[in-house]
Amino acid sequence: MAPLDDDKKDVPIFSDYPSQMPKIECGASLDTNTFKAYPEHNEALGFPGELIDNWQEVAIAKIGELAKKNRAFQVYLDACVKCGACTDKCHYFLGTGDPKNMPVARQDLLRSVYRRYYTFAGKYFPWLVGARDLTKEVLDEWYTYYHQCSQCRRCSVACPYGIDTAEISMAAREILDTVGVGQKYCNEIIAKLKKTGNNLGLNPKALRATLEDLEEDLEDETGIEVKIPLDVKGADVLLITPSADFFAEPHIDGLLGYAKVFHASGVSWTISSYASEAANFGMFIGSYENMREVSWRIRQAAKDLGVKRIIFGECGHAWRVGYSFLNTLAGPFDFLDQNYPIPQHILEFTLDEIEAGKLKIDKSKNDEHIMTYHDSCNVARGSAMGPKEGGQFDVPRAVIKAVCNNFHDMERDTIRENTFCCGGGGGLLTDDLMDLRIKGAKPRMTALQQVTEDHGVNKMAAICAICKTQFSKVMPKYGYDMDSVMSVHQLVANAVILDGQETDEADPAAAEETP
Amino acid sequence: MAAYDVNGTSVEHDEEGYITNLSEWTKELADVIAVAEEIEMGEEHWAVVNFLREYYEEYQIAPAVRVLIKSIKKSMGPEVGNNKYMYELFPYGPAKQACKIAGLPKPTGCV
Repeated sequence: MAPLDDDKKDVPIFSDYPSQMPKIECGASLDTNTFKAYPEHNEALGFPGELIDNWQEVAIAKIGELAKKNRAFQVYLDACVKCGACTDKCHYFLGTGDPKNMPVARQDLLRSVYRRYYTFAGKYFPWLVGARDLTKEVLDEWYTYYHQCSQCRRCSVACPYGIDTAEISMAAREILDTVGVGQKYCNEIIAKLKKTGNNLGLNPKALRATLEDLEEDLEDETGIEVKIPLDVKGADVLLITPSADFFAEPHIDGLLGYAKVFHASGVSWTISSYASEAANFGMFIGSYENMREVSWRIRQAAKDLGVKRIIFGECGHAWRVGYSFLNTLAGPFDFLDQNYPIPQHILEFTLDEIEAGKLKIDKSKNDEHIMTYHDSCNVARGSAMGPKEGGQFDVPRAVIKAVCNNFHDMERDTIRENTFCCGGGGGLLTDDLMDLRIKGAKPRMTALQQVTEDHGVNKMAAICAICKTQFSKVMPKYGYDMDSVMSVHQLVANAVILDGQETDEADPAAAEETP
Repeated sequence: MAAYDVNGTSVEHDEEGYITNLSEWTKELADVIAVAEEIEMGEEHWAVVNFLREYYEEYQIAPAVRVLIKSIKKSMGPEVGNNKYMYELFPYGPAKQACKIAGLPKPTGCV
């Protein structure tokens, strides 16, 4: 219970290079277990409160049901040939050295049980095909190691069969939930969202007070009234953003950036108190029903407010759900303006405004920042942006380069489709997994250290609330200040000059001289 | 469930040390929680804890860190009311650790 201390012995040592194989240590993270959900959390999501008596029978039936319903899942269980291409791709394996964190081993935890009950060889000759009975030990092992997967899908890019460990990890968590073994972090949050509309539990009164407070800050800074509208009927745009944008640092600076861009563009916009959350933890626990219920709030808010467009703020997995699944989950969105992407990402919107010359920008305002960019896994490997292929990589970089003079990418094997997870994604951003989070950040932090040494990079931008919180917590363990991670729209906010804005330096040359 | 001991009275808390019944909070309890967190409560710590409790009373949730800092800046000056100093007061973060001592629920989500 004591706070994380800063003892030097706790400072992780960087690897020589980001993908460096660790020393193998069996069971290294066997004791790393996340808190289990309380009965009330599970029940709020439609699951049994605690482990049911006939859990074995129900879990086995659930595997069969999922394999039947989701053919991809069955192929993932059947197709692995143990080629080993995925073994060194997982940041948690690289960080912990525990071989069960190799993606193939993680898959096998479930695959071995599937084989035992659903394949001919496994039924009659289990010892020949690595099939095993579902025992309580196996169930516990699932809980441990499926909560050491951030569902980032870096391993699936390396797999010649395209086996998606995230799908297996989601299925495993769904099976666990179905027998009454939920994770506290995710299930408590989903339960809270169902009550209040967001993961934080921010009620409309508190949300309004927070936004008014931020409007004051914006006016103090710029000298003009920049609004952050809430529940405005008839606005053109509904902004769906993670509730961390109303609470945490540096997320709030991103929100101020969106507000400035909307203000400068002249587009009317609003936040909804009913759907005041972009994040959708239903995906992390593999629950279609919960994912759908969370998404449905967005549709309802868009209808109630009579908006024409939906724009998502900086949230990684929200954008995967938004871009890839929203229409299936909560569509059709035939009541929105069909001339715009449904939904659109705030970065697409901002880049359009920049390219149309609608934003006045002073890049020198960001000269103290020597930037790099962390691709968030769900954006990189689960979505797209803009009209061109690879837009999910290029659009954020184009925005950063439009507002900053100094930008350097990290090593190619650690960015774009090969990006390393921040170490806190997929429902693992909880204090009880802090040790795992610190270790899982090692590949990314090693890549960052390389560009710090080579180019003097001092800040890393991200477009995901989880990444931002994770880095602000773990960076100090690697010798970086907690504010070394920034929102992309924080950089935009720094550089945008609004019409009528009071500026300290009338002469841009003077601004450049400021250290 | 584990509990804090406040002069012989036990006050239950969850796995992470947040009290489960918010109405059981007292100043004496705050001191006990602070000891468990290895924090020595001074005037500045109390200013934060008191503000958190007032804000919670009004809004049933903890304030954003920025809102907290702005208020402390007004009441105690910019040397105390800044992000860096807040982390010196509460090394595990003004949001979570100070909330724990103030007897408020833990902020949840991507924070």
